[in-house]
Amino acid sequence: MSEQVEDEARAAGAPPGGTRAAAEGFVPPKESAWRAVLVPLLALVTALAIGAVIIVFSDPEVLEEWKFFFDDPGAALGASGKAIADAYGALFAGSLGSPIVIFDAFASGDASQIAVAFRPLSETVVATTPLIFGGLSVALGFRAGLFNIGAEGQITAGATAAAFVGFSISGLPVWIHLPLAILAGLVGGAIWGAVPGILKARTGAHEVIVTIMMNYVSFRLLDFLLRGEVFRRPERTDPISKPIEESARLPLLFGQDLRIHAGIILALLVAWAVWYLLFRTTKGFEFRAVGANPDAARYAGIKVGGSFVLVMTLAGGLAGLGGASQLLGGVTLYSMTPGFSSGLGFDSIALALLGRAHPVGIIAAAFMFGILRAGAVRMQAATATPVDIIVVIQALVIVFIAAPALVRAIYRIRERRAERAPASAAKEAA
Amino acid sequence: MRLELRGITKRFPGVLANDHIDLDVADGEIHALLGENGAGKTTLMNVLYGLYRADEGNILLDGNVVTFNSPRDAIAAGIGMVHQHFMLVQVFTVTENLMLGAEDTGPLGMLDIGEARRRVEDISKRFALEVDPDTRIEDLPVGVQQRAEIIKALYREAKVLILDEPTAVLTPQETEELFRVMRSLKTDYGTSIIFITHKLKEVLAVAERITVLRAGRVVGSTRPKQTSEEELAAMMVGRAVRLEVEKGPASPGEPVLQVDGLSVHNERGQVAVDDVSFEVRAGEVLGVAGVQGNGQTELVETITGLRSPVAGRILIGGRDLTGASPRKVHRAGTGHVPEDRIGDGLVLAFSVADNLVLNTYDVQPFARRGVRDERAVEDAAENRVKDFDIRTPSIDAPVAHLSGGNQQKVIVARELSRPITLLVASQPTRGLDVGSTSYIHQRIVRARDAGTAVLLVSPELDEVLSLSDRIAVMYRGRMVAILAAAEASREEVGLLMAGAAPAAAGAPERGSR
Repeated sequence: MSEQVEDEARAAGAPPGGTRAAAEGFVPPKESAWRAVLVPLLALVTALAIGAVIIVFSDPEVLEEWKFFFDDPGAALGASGKAIADAYGALFAGSLGSPIVIFDAFASGDASQIAVAFRPLSETVVATTPLIFGGLSVALGFRAGLFNIGAEGQITAGATAAAFVGFSISGLPVWIHLPLAILAGLVGGAIWGAVPGILKARTGAHEVIVTIMMNYVSFRLLDFLLRGEVFRRPERTDPISKPIEESARLPLLFGQDLRIHAGIILALLVAWAVWYLLFRTTKGFEFRAVGANPDAARYAGIKVGGSFVLVMTLAGGLAGLGGASQLLGGVTLYSMTPGFSSGLGFDSIALALLGRAHPVGIIAAAFMFGILRAGAVRMQAATATPVDIIVVIQALVIVFIAAPALVRAIYRIRERRAERAPASAAKEAA
Repeated sequence: MRLELRGITKRFPGVLANDHIDLDVADGEIHALLGENGAGKTTLMNVLYGLYRADEGNILLDGNVVTFNSPRDAIAAGIGMVHQHFMLVQVFTVTENLMLGAEDTGPLGMLDIGEARRRVEDISKRFALEVDPDTRIEDLPVGVQQRAEIIKALYREAKVLILDEPTAVLTPQETEELFRVMRSLKTDYGTSIIFITHKLKEVLAVAERITVLRAGRVVGSTRPKQTSEEELAAMMVGRAVRLEVEKGPASPGEPVLQVDGLSVHNERGQVAVDDVSFEVRAGEVLGVAGVQGNGQTELVETITGLRSPVAGRILIGGRDLTGASPRKVHRAGTGHVPEDRIGDGLVLAFSVADNLVLNTYDVQPFARRGVRDERAVEDAAENRVKDFDIRTPSIDAPVAHLSGGNQQKVIVARELSRPITLLVASQPTRGLDVGSTSYIHQRIVRARDAGTAVLLVSPELDEVLSLSDRIAVMYRGRMVAILAAAEASREEVGLLMAGAAPAAAGAPERGSR
């Protein structure tokens, strides 16, 4: 079918390189591992530094001290330093745990105490899991030159499908029901991703527009279903789905005290699979060629339209898996409610950028976002710092990633020779 | 204005682009700067134009040392540059483009277009550079766009004009016209001109002095009367180069490519290829001559499966491949060297090794059941880099880091190291230096001798004449004549390219354009 799609795309005047300009900046050129890590890391450091300034300014007590800066600069600086240390201290204690507490817990030998000590880390992993799926989904699109804004909707669609399989069938053994529910998540997301892919290949419709619209469709579809007979929990009046059967739930990894579930294992396996697909298979080669230069890909006999459809379908499937993992892992108490995806899909875009569209980078970036998400709660509880500061830090990270020149300028990193000399060489050659 | 460069040195990390270069351009002199790609010509001019700062050395104008921190400084000092890729806003008129960056303003900062327009007309008249100030750039032919660029430099009162590869985009007639303008600027107005090129014939035709650069150094300076094409080529490359293509007589076999009554439309639905029929036999080179834009691009794209014809048939090796996908055409034994190597032939971000298997990545031995065999890809790449003398730091280096000539060798290596019966080569040496051109010509002849049918398309008449066994001339989508190369004269083909009827081609008077 893809050949036909290709021809029609041509006939419809679809610009095969239409998104090239949009997406190519997001997949960095081949570079050393050190370089690949340096800029994102510095972006994070810079964002945390600016975040620190905001923490100071958002704390009325500290601001009070600043009024007397010229009388007692030490007090103002001290108060500022303390506010920052408290906030970030709470952030990391709330996301990674405190070594002392962990040590004490092991010393006591009490299982429940150990569980409590590891709870922050568990929460971070729980927050990380869906972000890995979402990040992989967006990154796969980037690699093929597509900007998948639709992870949010694909997560919703996948989770909705998984929920239906999860609650409507009963009496199946776990080893059939659970894979079936996960598969439903994959398929649901894949369908949601395939639509923009097919529309782009056949008519040239821009995937950014279509995926955004598909997001809204999925949100409202979920709202509609949650009010209908099939999904709505009979004993409740508010829109909440029936609970997932025990047999379709992802197992908890460390007992009832910790929320960490098997979704993280699935996420890591899927990340490996995406890496293998992209860098070891011929399909992945096609995707990357289409992403880097669709015209050359077409000249080389690769079906560009077919690749768009396949990539969007797979990307949707990945996000759908994320939705299924979130639901079946019990993060939302094994049920669907309106606004299920809660911005996970949008965070995924950010962290796919941060992770430089590479599976390893995405795992790292997702973990970092997981730390911010999980730690923010504790930070707000322990200090006066509002949780919104985390959103600001996340946004700043993206700004610095999107403008690597800015980070390079701040830290005076010299541009690689590759970026300058060949530019002039290419000019001379052309 | 007299321009002197004294000991200009420019380093990029790991590369010495300019190594103590001295250059003297006398007042009112046409000075050719000759060199292969990567010799440092463009870097040197970018230093002169204020885009780069030299690490060492001075620029002197009329004996005074000057420093340029930006092109703005250079322009103010009277230096004008016409870049190879024009710096014009396509949707602006000629006048608007010329004003851009040097706007005349009236009261309250209103643009004074009338005044600018008068100045454009004045320059256009004074220097005999005909151009309509009110036409939008996108509606002008390339030669006239270049004229607008030259006027732009004069509008800013340039005394030294740098022309970077100005003839690369011009037809032979437009090139002649450009030379006329250059001579008139020099004799009538004393403008000094630096003419950057790698085309030897042009240098000898228009320059008064020639400076040759190689690997960032000046290797010599001479005058056209004291030198020859062979000598200049040897200076550029550093060894003696054969400019003539060595080839024996062809021994054509069975027809490999048969095109019958082919008609193709372009993107705007206009007829681009009009009822064209021809065949290419095994072991011969059919050269398609024609001024660019006469349907050659569409013809090649249709044969290689990138475009669908509206009528006619294409047979390759006897199989009907009309409207087949590019992949089917490849797999039927067709190699394709596309016209735009960077846009269509390579994925610049990919490694040399990956580009060498860009259309065979999914077949044995490079992949098995959908999984790539990196070892096989690397082994093949090592061999091809050796076989085709591709200069690259490693097979893992992104192909973007290679010079134009080596990039083209990657494409030629990829296409010729598959078992092919037909090679479609579109402008295979566009923008390449003497050494690479001669190498690629040899390779094409070798493929022909091995029994490959070659369809060569090139707007460079010399290339078509020296490589082809038969010559087809395209004009306005039609194949107006197919001649045996031995019988075709340069003049005759030139006239056919310009649209003269085949019968009248032998007549002495020139056909109208």
